[in-house]
Amino acid sequence: MPSLTMIEAVRDAMDVMMARDDRVVAFGQDVGRFGGVFRCTDGLQGKYGASRCFDTPISESGIVGIAVGMGAYGLRPVAEIQFADYMYPAYDQIVSEAARLRFRSAGEFSAPIVVRMPCGGGIFGAQTHSQSPEALFTHVAGLKTVIPSNPYDAKGLLIAAIEDDDPVVFLEPKRIYNGPFDGHHDRPIVPWSKHELSETPQGHYTVPIGEAVVRREGSEVSVLAYGTMVHVAEAARRSVGIDAEIIDLRSLVPLDIDTIVRSVTKTGRCLIVHEATRTSGFGAELSALVQERCFYHLETPVVRVTGWDTPYPHAQEWDYFPGPNRVGRALMRLMEA
Amino acid sequence: MMNVLPLGLHIPEPQPCFGRADVSGSHLSDAGRVPRPAVDVEAREIRHLAYDLIRVLDGDGRAVGPWSGACTADQLRSGLRAMLKTRAYDARMTMMQRQRKTSFYMQCTGEEAIACGSLTALQAGDMNFPTYRQQGLLIAQDWPVVDMMCQVLSNEKDRMKGRQLPVFYSAREAGFFSISGNLATQYVQAVGWAMASAMRGEGRVAAAWIGEGATAENDFHAALVFASVYRPPVILNVVNNQWAISTAQSVAGGEGATFAARALGYGIPALRVDGNDYLAVHAAACWAVERARRNFGPTLIEWVTYRAAPHSTSDDPSKYRAQEDQAAWPLGDPIERLKDHLIGRGAWSEPRHVQLKAELDEEIAVAAKEAQSYGTLMEGTKCSPASMFDDVYKQMPTHLREQRQELGF
Repeated sequence: MPSLTMIEAVRDAMDVMMARDDRVVAFGQDVGRFGGVFRCTDGLQGKYGASRCFDTPISESGIVGIAVGMGAYGLRPVAEIQFADYMYPAYDQIVSEAARLRFRSAGEFSAPIVVRMPCGGGIFGAQTHSQSPEALFTHVAGLKTVIPSNPYDAKGLLIAAIEDDDPVVFLEPKRIYNGPFDGHHDRPIVPWSKHELSETPQGHYTVPIGEAVVRREGSEVSVLAYGTMVHVAEAARRSVGIDAEIIDLRSLVPLDIDTIVRSVTKTGRCLIVHEATRTSGFGAELSALVQERCFYHLETPVVRVTGWDTPYPHAQEWDYFPGPNRVGRALMRLMEA
Repeated sequence: MMNVLPLGLHIPEPQPCFGRADVSGSHLSDAGRVPRPAVDVEAREIRHLAYDLIRVLDGDGRAVGPWSGACTADQLRSGLRAMLKTRAYDARMTMMQRQRKTSFYMQCTGEEAIACGSLTALQAGDMNFPTYRQQGLLIAQDWPVVDMMCQVLSNEKDRMKGRQLPVFYSAREAGFFSISGNLATQYVQAVGWAMASAMRGEGRVAAAWIGEGATAENDFHAALVFASVYRPPVILNVVNNQWAISTAQSVAGGEGATFAARALGYGIPALRVDGNDYLAVHAAACWAVERARRNFGPTLIEWVTYRAAPHSTSDDPSKYRAQEDQAAWPLGDPIERLKDHLIGRGAWSEPRHVQLKAELDEEIAVAAKEAQSYGTLMEGTKCSPASMFDDVYKQMPTHLREQRQELGF
């Protein structure tokens, strides 16, 4: 099995699907000749031609709008929004159109599209290149929202998303595009090639949308995380020596409720970690879910470690980003309670 | 340096309609005067067509000029029938709304020629991305009006399962895309659909529809830029009926430029057409569709018309426009104009017209009775509430299954 970065895995997923299915097309700003600002589509235009992989005008609403039309026609469009922070002009097309087309037409039309967007901070992108807007999608009926934490899942989930008959928002945590976060902000990122999760099979495989995975078994506390925060949680677990069970949600909608309930019922404690702002963030949904389903098993209140309710700063991003120190302190506090 | 004069904004005011019955205004051309270019013409060669007005029927109901084409009497009688049926349908459904059998209705009175005439240029397999005022696209192809009525009444036979506002039809088989209430979103989707058609090499044409008010929305401009870049087979229709609810077309930017002229900045050929002239509509739509079908790319058409009826059953036009404007449709009644033309050709008569109108009124009344027998919004059976959990996703996820059980199903 080759070692791929998440960027390479995302590209490989599109490559596999474009080779298998000529309905799959990829487009967005800088996606064609340049291969995307993060190079996720590098080489695809050369391989499949400019009618399968192409540059678009800088118009996010236009990019998603044409994807909806193409999807309704019968294609399988994969639209790239250069940064999740720029998806707001496309929000109407995503939530009012793609998400509801099947429902409003009683199944007569649908929009089987994938909207890819790099999300999250940690690259000194300040408040316009660092956002984690997942809760803006998970609140919308008709959308699926997935976010991988490693190259294996990125490839398998993206293939599943392209094959899915519903619109899928595919969030790519750019902090771990090239390697996992090692938990120490003064060190460079560890390359994926040194990491077990970068072993990525060649060819076609899928990671089913709607299934979480227990990334690390433990008995004392359940940590619910996704994307970059899975690595933060693991680093925190190691540094404080608490036997935490780390659950990588992978898919936020549909959510693997059973895996969460099973884990929290077992451990009796729940820590939720996400990078997005706290108020009305996806952690609030997780917290409510755990309270509704696991209340009599809980030994302590549910705790959230999240980004602050401020815009993402530039120079202070390491104080904003939930790092292993904050997560570790929360773990200790949970065990002391 | 200080300005010596105080600054002030220009706030557009609704103007009296362009000359009312007088059609000699600056933006109105005489019938037959506008040239008809070849379909492979470059946009820059026909810039004037974005300011002129393509008209075929003159004041005496004669078909004149290069756009007059060669419609057979049968084709025109069929168009007349479609327009009459659309108007009868609108009248009956408006009445049903007043009888509280549904919540809401929207007529297209005065604009019937645009949808009915455009449809004749399209083929099976093409797709319209309509607004809520193109019911003529369905009626002109004899799509069952009972089916449309059941949607308006949200009854048990509503194919949209009671989910959509009345008049928000969807009929894939009829080339009629599901209607969104969010303005202009369908415009860019039509461009994407046409791009897909071109990518697949399948020769299908998309027709995008928008009102002049909604041209202010971002997606109108996004659609134009994508259409100009990729040149897919799409007809970009702008129905300028002068009113966006109570907001006059001047507030959408119609005072300083025509809506057809929007296309010029994008290098897209544009036509400005008398939308109340069935022959002009048919000819212009055929020209644009042929262009699209022969891979010469998009065309934008501004259809100049007048919304004779209120915006919807929730609207009161007396609050914002003069009664005389409403009474004197500036470009005339499209039905009367086509009728006069056919009579002038010796292909129609007043008695036959009266008879046809009566037949269609009766047909619509019978259909309405049948549709009501399946229930109305207020009475009778509707789709089960359990069905609202269907079609959110292709396969129902666990959390929706649980919520359906919570509702009691």
